[in-house]
Amino acid sequence: MAAANGAGRILAGGTDLLVQMRAGVVAPGAIVDVKRIAEMTTIVEELGGFRIGAAVSAAVIGEHERLAQAWPGVVEAVNLIGSKQVQGRASAGGNLCNASPAADSGPALVAAGAMLTIQGPKGRRDLPVEKLHAGPGRTTLEPGELIVSIVLPPRPARSGDAYLRLIPRTEMDIAVVGCGVSLAFEGDVCTSARVGLGAVAPTVLLVGDAASALIGSRLEPDAIARAAAACRAACRPIDDKRGTIAYRTKIAGVLLARATAIAAQRARSH
Amino acid sequence: MSKIHVSAVVNGEPIEYLCDPAHTLLDVLRDQLGLTGSKEGCGSGDCGACSVTIDGRLTCACLVLGAEVDGMSIGTIEGLAQGDQLHPLQKKFVEMAALQCGVCTPGVLVAAKALLDRNPDPSETEVRYWLAGNLCRCTGYDKIIRAVLDVAADMKETAR
Ligand code: FES
Ligand code: FES
Repeated sequence: MAAANGAGRILAGGTDLLVQMRAGVVAPGAIVDVKRIAEMTTIVEELGGFRIGAAVSAAVIGEHERLAQAWPGVVEAVNLIGSKQVQGRASAGGNLCNASPAADSGPALVAAGAMLTIQGPKGRRDLPVEKLHAGPGRTTLEPGELIVSIVLPPRPARSGDAYLRLIPRTEMDIAVVGCGVSLAFEGDVCTSARVGLGAVAPTVLLVGDAASALIGSRLEPDAIARAAAACRAACRPIDDKRGTIAYRTKIAGVLLARATAIAAQRARSH
Repeated sequence: MSKIHVSAVVNGEPIEYLCDPAHTLLDVLRDQLGLTGSKEGCGSGDCGACSVTIDGRLTCACLVLGAEVDGMSIGTIEGLAQGDQLHPLQKKFVEMAALQCGVCTPGVLVAAKALLDRNPDPSETEVRYWLAGNLCRCTGYDKIIRAVLDVAADMKETAR
C-alpha cells in the first residue's frame, strides 16, 4: 500500500471496489487482497465477546450460530447486504469502509458498541465504530490504515439487539432509514441502551438522547415516545428519490419503537 | 501491467491461466477459458446472470478478480450436467418451461443448485428470497420458483 502512494486499494469482498473500478470512479495503481490474512478472515470468541475479521463474508457471519445467538441484530443487519451472491463475498469491514450513510451494518454495529481494531504504518489502535465515518464515502482512517477486525463485547443475561430498515421492496434495496437498538435489563428495568441510526445524516449516528430516554425505564409508552422524539431530533437527512426529509425523520421514530420492542423481546429470552 | 499466474480448479478440472490484474473472474471464464455459459447482465452484482460457486460458496463472477481465486475451486453452469445427462434442475426447467430467452437461466440454475445443496427442502419463501439476486426479465419468476420447488419435492420422493 505504501509503494502505491495513495493509489492503492484494499480488496476484501470486492462488491463495492469492482463496481467502482468498472464505473471508472477509481483506477487503483495497486490492489491488495486481504483475504489471505488469517486474522482478517476468521471469527474468534474472545473475552466473552467476538472478534470478527474485517474481511469475513456476510454469509459466514450469518452461519455462526453463537454469534447469531449473542448478537442477532448485528447478524441480521449484515445479512441484509445485497443478494445471496453478494453475501458470499461482501464483508462487514468493507461495508463500513465504503462509508455509505445508508449501509446496513453501521447502525447495528453502533448500537452494539463495536470497537474496531485498526492497523496502520504506526501500529495498532482501537476506534469506536461510530467514530469511523467522516461523511458519505469518507472515513477517518489515516493513509495506509485498514480495519483488521471488529470486536463485539460480551452479552450479559437479559440483553438483546435488533436492526430494522425501511425499504420500498422486500429485498435487495438500500435503506431509506435504518435503526439498530441494543438493550440490557435488570428485572424489567432497562439498565443500558444504545441506538444507532442510518441514512438520516451524512454519517451513521449514535443517538445518545434516545438511549437516555430508555435507560431507567420499563419501556413504558412514554419512554418509547421520548426515545422516538430524540431519534427524530437527531435526523439531518437529505431529500432524494428514496425518501423526503419529512418522511425519513418520521420513520426514524417509528423504527426506533419497533426495533426496541424486538430487542426487548429478545432480551427476555436471552 | 504484468499478468498474474493463477492455478485453480474449474468444474473439477485443474486449470492454469495468466490474467490481467484488472480482469474479473467472469472475463477469465468467458474470454480465456471459453466457458461462456456464465452471462454478463450488469457487471455490478445486481442481476446474478454470472452466478458461480467459489469453494462451494455462491457468488457473482463479475465481482471477483480473476487473480483472486488462486488455489480455489470454481463451479460454473458447465459443471451441472454430467456428460449428456442433464442435472435434475436443468431437466425440470426444460419440462416446465421455466425459461424464455435463457440469459438469466445459467445463473438461476447455479444459484438454485447452491440452495438445494444446503437446504434440500426449502419453503417457497426461502426459494424466493434465495433467488432474489437473480433477475429475469422474461418469465415473471413464477415458473422458476415452481420448477425449483418441484425438484426439491422429487428429491424428497427419491430419498424415501
Ligand atoms: S453480471 Fe454479475 S451480477 Fe450481473
Ligand atoms: S428467461 Fe429471459 S431473462 Fe430470464
